[in-house]
Amino acid sequence: MQKNKYDVVVVGAGPAGSMAARFAAEKGISVLVLEKDRDVGYPVRCGEAVSRKGIEEFIPSDPKFIATTIDKFSFIAPDGTEVVIPLEEEGYILERRIFDYELAKTAAKAGAEIMTRAYVNGLLFDGDKVSGVKYEHQGEQKEISAEIVIAADGVESRVGRWAGLKTHIDFRDMESAVQITAANISVDPETCYFYFGEEFAPQGYFWIFPKDKNSANIGLGIGGDRNRKKSALTYLNNFMEKHYPGASVLTVIAGGVPCVPTLEKIVAPGIMLAGDAARQVNPLSGGGIASGMIGGSIAGTVAAESILNKNPDHIFEYEKRWNDRLGKRHRIFDRIKNGIYNFSDEQFNSIAHAAVKLPVEKRSLGNIFKTALVNKPALLVDVAKVFFTK
Amino acid sequence: MIEILPDKCDFCGCCVGVCPEDAIELKEAEIFIIEELCTNCAKCVWSCPIEVLVFNRNGVKKNAEK
Repeated sequence: MQKNKYDVVVVGAGPAGSMAARFAAEKGISVLVLEKDRDVGYPVRCGEAVSRKGIEEFIPSDPKFIATTIDKFSFIAPDGTEVVIPLEEEGYILERRIFDYELAKTAAKAGAEIMTRAYVNGLLFDGDKVSGVKYEHQGEQKEISAEIVIAADGVESRVGRWAGLKTHIDFRDMESAVQITAANISVDPETCYFYFGEEFAPQGYFWIFPKDKNSANIGLGIGGDRNRKKSALTYLNNFMEKHYPGASVLTVIAGGVPCVPTLEKIVAPGIMLAGDAARQVNPLSGGGIASGMIGGSIAGTVAAESILNKNPDHIFEYEKRWNDRLGKRHRIFDRIKNGIYNFSDEQFNSIAHAAVKLPVEKRSLGNIFKTALVNKPALLVDVAKVFFTK
Repeated sequence: MIEILPDKCDFCGCCVGVCPEDAIELKEAEIFIIEELCTNCAKCVWSCPIEVLVFNRNGVKKNAEK
């Protein structure tokens, strides 16, 4: 039976929201998750690529949510030069609609309550402190009180804004993305393909992430400033006409990827932001599954500590723990991103020409970035920090 | 003014993330511009990956709400 007051209300049941709920509930406090869509995990807005390590911190690998296991990356330069990089740690292409469901189940098992089709459209305040949410459920406007609200409401987050946090990001930093899942094609199910350059995805990359040997997520993200001139959808249609004219399209999804360092402030009195809402995406790769789960888990843990210690100010500890775990690292990734963001086709080609000369055992992501940034010594230090130290 | 073509929209929220005015309301499969807040800056139009938002220069008021 639903109560009218919870210790923690989480907005959004994606990976960040579910982990926030689980880590809070595991400490024995009351948690309610409100999800605006009718299903947890659907619609999927994701390329679905993640490292094994990234998910196993939170859930054991399970074939039911793993479409395929990846052991190499293939980078394709504008002139067609292909650089294959064997991965040191294997990766997965997930079935997010099942993965998110399983994550939510772990939150439920820990004691969190979950409600779908619950659209949060406002906050409750006690003075300056957030004290709950207003939401719409089955046509009825309702309210629920909470000691702490954790907003994991995605790229389209508005909850943080209502609490006075600056979550809006410049359109140039939002990667405009579109993806199809295509069937009746032929791909290597163990390789993720990345295409670079003006034709494929300026200020971003084009990807083919296999789901099995005959289907794949095919999509791209481009900088907002480029999307303004020619939409991501146009790039995708052009690619498909040229390379896979006979493909059947199983799904088409659009999306925005906030490729920025984490917001400076992700906590305000009574509220914490997590996942895409906090801009916890890796700004270089655009990957947000693992980092969102990490952000959510820290938020949930700190929220529970705050409740149990009856110390509302303790939630500000979340910013420090996030920064120590990933926030500082993401700022380095952001500098590297800015270093290569506007590379010309000629620059990508010459990196590829240099990289293919490296013996396969020396081809690592770190070495490729070293090659790419050889003329930018300050950024080489950054590359060393994130790719050559653990 | 800015118009959303709801039949083309995928409800992905990219436009909401770049709106400086919090002027876009997005539910599960329903989207509209809150006209009192919109300043016609067009950032949502520029960022939409699938060309769902259009800038309508003649300024005809038309509610895009479903």
